[in-house]
Amino acid sequence: MTEVKVKEFWRWKEYNWHDENKDWKGAETITAGVDVGSVSSQVVIMVDGELYAYSNMRTGSDSPDSARNAMNWALEDTGMALDDIHYIVGTGYGRVNVPFANRAITEIACHARGGNYMYGPSVRTILDMGGQDCKAIRCDERGKVTNFLMNDKCAAGTGRGMEVFADLLAVSIEDVGDLSLDVEEEPEPVSSTCVVFAKSEATSLLREGWSKKKVLAAYCSAMAHRVVSLLDRIGVEEDFAITGGIAKNSGVIKRLEGELKINSLKSKHDTQIAGALGGALFAKSLAEKQRKKGA
Amino acid sequence: MITAGIDMGAKIIKVLLIKDGEVLVKTQEVAGFEPLEAAEKAFDNAVSQAGVTREDIKYIFATGAGRSAVPFANDTITEVSASAKGVLFSHPSVRTVIEVGAEEGRAVKCDENGKVQDFAINEKCAAGAGSFTEAMSRALEVPLEEFGKISLTSEKSIPMNAQCAVFAESEVVSLVHAKTPKADIAKAVHDAIASRIVSMVRRVGINKDVALVGGVSRNPGFVDSLNRGLEVEVIVPKDAEYVGALGAALVAGERGKK
Amino acid sequence: MKANYGYMDGSGEYFITIDTDLCIDCDHHGCVDACPEKLFEIITDDYDDEVSAIKEDHRKKIKYDCAACKPAGDRPPLPCAEACTPGAITHSW
Repeated sequence: MTEVKVKEFWRWKEYNWHDENKDWKGAETITAGVDVGSVSSQVVIMVDGELYAYSNMRTGSDSPDSARNAMNWALEDTGMALDDIHYIVGTGYGRVNVPFANRAITEIACHARGGNYMYGPSVRTILDMGGQDCKAIRCDERGKVTNFLMNDKCAAGTGRGMEVFADLLAVSIEDVGDLSLDVEEEPEPVSSTCVVFAKSEATSLLREGWSKKKVLAAYCSAMAHRVVSLLDRIGVEEDFAITGGIAKNSGVIKRLEGELKINSLKSKHDTQIAGALGGALFAKSLAEKQRKKGA
Repeated sequence: MITAGIDMGAKIIKVLLIKDGEVLVKTQEVAGFEPLEAAEKAFDNAVSQAGVTREDIKYIFATGAGRSAVPFANDTITEVSASAKGVLFSHPSVRTVIEVGAEEGRAVKCDENGKVQDFAINEKCAAGAGSFTEAMSRALEVPLEEFGKISLTSEKSIPMNAQCAVFAESEVVSLVHAKTPKADIAKAVHDAIASRIVSMVRRVGINKDVALVGGVSRNPGFVDSLNRGLEVEVIVPKDAEYVGALGAALVAGERGKK
Repeated sequence: MKANYGYMDGSGEYFITIDTDLCIDCDHHGCVDACPEKLFEIITDDYDDEVSAIKEDHRKKIKYDCAACKPAGDRPPLPCAEACTPGAITHSW
């Protein structure tokens, strides 16, 4: 039988939000982006090109169900129904399995477009550190992709890699960043890139008497270094922004910014919704195109 | 003349003594956290089991990942050269040596003297090494020994999508949840790693005879998957884990003759 | 757009880059037939351009899929890059 874990340290909070001051009923165009990632799913609803509601949930074993649940949660207490939305774009790993989507668009294009909205048109480089992949994207002032890569083959540099470490050290994933910064001296980074080998390395370090914080510092800095070498392939041009779950991990971000000698832009929005937001923006253009054709 | 070979593997340290082309004794120790102490111990045991003294040993050659750290070795040779030399000692017809250890996979093309002509390596990534199988047997909660055996009873071919050991672990867990028989999962795992090893071997060419050494050579499930992938029956030398140490001892012997 | 297909893992960096700005005007897409492993396909991308891409199920294993064209000894020219007359295809390894 599979062992039941008492506590899973990598769990993070799920949430939804909507703008209570906005009345959507008289809106001309309501669109949505649904980002079904391998670990988390987000829905963003936009009313006439403005952010109206969003949700962020853990992806279940079934993509269509995850998409439906995230959508229902975003719609909660808004009075809006699925039928009120004019155009829906699916994106992310499970984009072709969003049953109510009008079109699927890759997460690369959606992140660039969403990043352009969240951080403004000056953003030229977006790094998205997701649950099971890491994307590096260069884009122009309209949020169109000019150069990209996606690393989803290897767990190093992804949220999953960090979860493995959080679990190994029995530390909550949300605390990893702050704990890793609470060290007197910055240790040498963990030398193995591969998560499997890095785990054995960490075990030996603990046995040598390293504190958990020091091991976390060594791993966060290894992850930052790893992401810098990925970014080298596309080249970093300012302004620079970081999205995805790991953008919330100060331990990785501070070290990454230090190594690049560049500060990343901050956004008032949750960075995890960038993909879904881009989807909703694509949906708006597509809805307008469709309307023109129909007229 | 007596010479010694020490193979400083990542997990196990092996020592082998030869006298005029005949193997005298073989010993091994778990590397643990003090690999040098383990090497010292394995070497002392070998010397005493052979009934000789340290002074009787003319040359000591080290190989393996930690080869440069052995203070009492006279010289070092690479794992690639050591394996080819060691395998051809007992199997002179071999021209391709595949070695899959816990942390590395290698393919070596050699001539009739065991001289290396070409080689390809996969390192620093668990996807192409024995650690991949170990991680999957843990995820499946089947002991490694059994994991290799049950794989042979499966007649199904289930593809595995994940390459990375971390992602593959989640895939194995989902397969378990979907009530896939453990034997079929084991076979899928062995087929997956074997296919990666096969494409590495293709880079040096599949020239007969082909030998397989390293820890994974004792896993019958992997050997079966590899044979199917290569379309060649591989030779697994007896005492496959000692070929590195044997190769090092043989090269030390050649040095002694010069 | 420079589309980098492939990955980076502990063992190295394996990317095939397709410069779609060069690829877009190609009338033959010779890469599709030239690749012995059939890694290439023609797609309509997110901006509705018809360009070559690496098939999705190969992107995580191109190091292995491309192994046949990259022997450990002397390496002949890559068939995909040779067939690509606009010069849009490059390999990182």
